[in-house]
Amino acid sequence: MSAQIPLVDYLALGDRPHLVAHECTACGARFFDRRNACASCSATEFRDADVATDGELRAYTIVSFAAPGIPVPFVAGVVDCAGTSVRSNIINVDPTPEAVRLGMPVRLATYSLGIDDDGVEAIGFGFEPA
Amino acid sequence: MSDAVWILGITMTKFGKHADKDVIDLAAEAALGALADGGVSMTDIGVLAAGNLMGGGAPTGQLIQKQIGQTGIPVFNVSNACATGATALRTTIMAIKAGECDMGLAVGVEKLAGAGLLAGGSAKTDGNHWTPRGRYGSVAGVDGRIGTDTMPGTFAQIGMEYGHRYGGASFELFARISEKNHAHSTLNPLAAYTKAMSLEQIMGDVMIAYPNTRPMCSANCDGAAAAVVVSDAKLKTLSAEQRRRAVKVAASVLTSDPWEEACQILPNVNTLTRNAARQAYEQAGVGPEDLDLVELHDCFATAELVHYDNLMLCPEGGAVDFFNSGAPWRDGSTPVNVSGGLQSKGHPIAATGIANIWEICHHLRGEAGPRQIEGARVGLAHVIGLGSACGVHILERSAA
Ligand SMILES: [Zn+2]
Repeated sequence: MSAQIPLVDYLALGDRPHLVAHECTACGARFFDRRNACASCSATEFRDADVATDGELRAYTIVSFAAPGIPVPFVAGVVDCAGTSVRSNIINVDPTPEAVRLGMPVRLATYSLGIDDDGVEAIGFGFEPA
Repeated sequence: MSDAVWILGITMTKFGKHADKDVIDLAAEAALGALADGGVSMTDIGVLAAGNLMGGGAPTGQLIQKQIGQTGIPVFNVSNACATGATALRTTIMAIKAGECDMGLAVGVEKLAGAGLLAGGSAKTDGNHWTPRGRYGSVAGVDGRIGTDTMPGTFAQIGMEYGHRYGGASFELFARISEKNHAHSTLNPLAAYTKAMSLEQIMGDVMIAYPNTRPMCSANCDGAAAAVVVSDAKLKTLSAEQRRRAVKVAASVLTSDPWEEACQILPNVNTLTRNAARQAYEQAGVGPEDLDLVELHDCFATAELVHYDNLMLCPEGGAVDFFNSGAPWRDGSTPVNVSGGLQSKGHPIAATGIANIWEICHHLRGEAGPRQIEGARVGLAHVIGLGSACGVHILERSAA
C-alpha cells in the first residue's frame, strides 16, 4: 500500500478514519485549526478529542459557482456530530434539494484526492447519507 | 445637558455602474453632497472617517481630502467587512461623544461593478507534492472541498439552518422575500436595479447557491455615501432649517461575534445582531414595535429572513409568519428595505452602511417622494460583515 496523507491534519486516517478536535481542557470548547488560545475562555491548554463519525445534517447549500478547480454543483453543509459541529461537503448523494434533506443522518466517508510524484495519496473526507 | 449626536447632512450617489468615475470621484461626490446637504463646508469638519474595503489599504480619507479640502484634521481609514460604512460613521460619532470635535464626516465608497462572485480564497494545490500548509495543515484548498467559503453558500446555509430549526422556510419563501425587495426598488431612482421581478423569474434565474438564485444575491455595483454628524451643542447654534432637517442618532452600536459552539464552523450572524439590536433599543429607549421602517442587511434573501428575528421584529422563531403576514412590505406594519435592499438597490460594500442610514433619514425628513413611508418618526439601519461585525443605528426625526 502506498503512503497516504490527509487533506487536513485533523483527519485521522487508518482503519477507522475520524476527525480529531483540539479540545480546551478548561471549558471543553472544540476547534479544528492550530490554536493560540481558546476563543471561548482564553485558556491555552488543549487535548485531542475524537469526534463522532455519525451525525445529523443541520444546514446545507448546493453550490453552483465555486473557486477554480472545484467541481460543481456540490453540497456543502454543517453536520452535528454528537454536539460537535463539523463543516463538510455532503458526498455520495445527488446534489439536488430532492436528495438532500435537513436532519438526515450522515456518516464520515473518505475519498482520494490523487497521488503525487512521490507516490503519496491525499485523502479527503466528506459525510454521506447513513 | 444632552450628549445627543445628529446627522446634519447625508447623501448617497446613484448605485450602479460608474465607468467614468474612480473611487475618489465617487467618494468626493458623496462627501461634497453631504456637506452641501448639511449647509456646512470642510472647514467646519473636525474629524474624517473613510472606508473602502477593496481599496487595498490605500489612505482613502486622505485621497478624498486631496480633492475636496486638506484641512489637517485627523483621518481614520476604517475596514470592517460589510460593516465598514457603519464603522466609519460610528467612528465620527465616538469622536464627537468624546468631545474631540463638534462635527465629523464619514464616507464609504466602493467600486464593484462586474466583480462577479465574491468567493473565499482557495489556496492553490502545490504542483506535484502534497505539502501541508496553514492552520489546518491542508494539502489542498479547503474552500469547496470542506464546505464552502463563498458568501452565497455561507448565507444560504444560515437561512437553511433557521428553516430547519423553526420550519416553514422553502425555496419559494426565500424567493418571495427577494420579490418584495425588487418590487420596492421600482420607487428608488438611486437603486442599481429598478425593475420588478416575478416569483417565476426569480426562481427560474441562475442558481448560485441553493436556495439563492442570482437576483436573491446582493448586486455588486459602484457607489458612495457620506454623512456629516454634529454635536447637540453645535446644532443649537445652527439655523432653524438645519435643526429641522437634522436627524437624531438615538442609538449607535457596533458588536462582534461572541464565541458559541459552531461559530467557527458556520459564521453565526444571529447572536451579534441580537446583541446589537438589544443594546440599540435600550440606548434609544424604543422597541421594535416603535419602528416605522427598517433597512436591514439582506446580502442574500436567506439573510433577510433570519434578521427579522435577530432584530426582534417578530417573536423568536416567527420570521416566516412575520413575512407571510405581509408585515415587511412597504404597506405592512414594519416596512423592511423599502429602498430595494442590497438585492436590488445594490451593495457597494463600504457605502452600504451609510446608504442605509441615508434611506432612513430621507423618510424621517419627509423627503422620500413616491416611496415615502408616511409619518415616519423612527427607523433602524442594520449591517453585518462576516468576520464578524454588526452595526445597528436607530434614527429619530427631529422635534424642531
Ligand atoms: Zn476554553
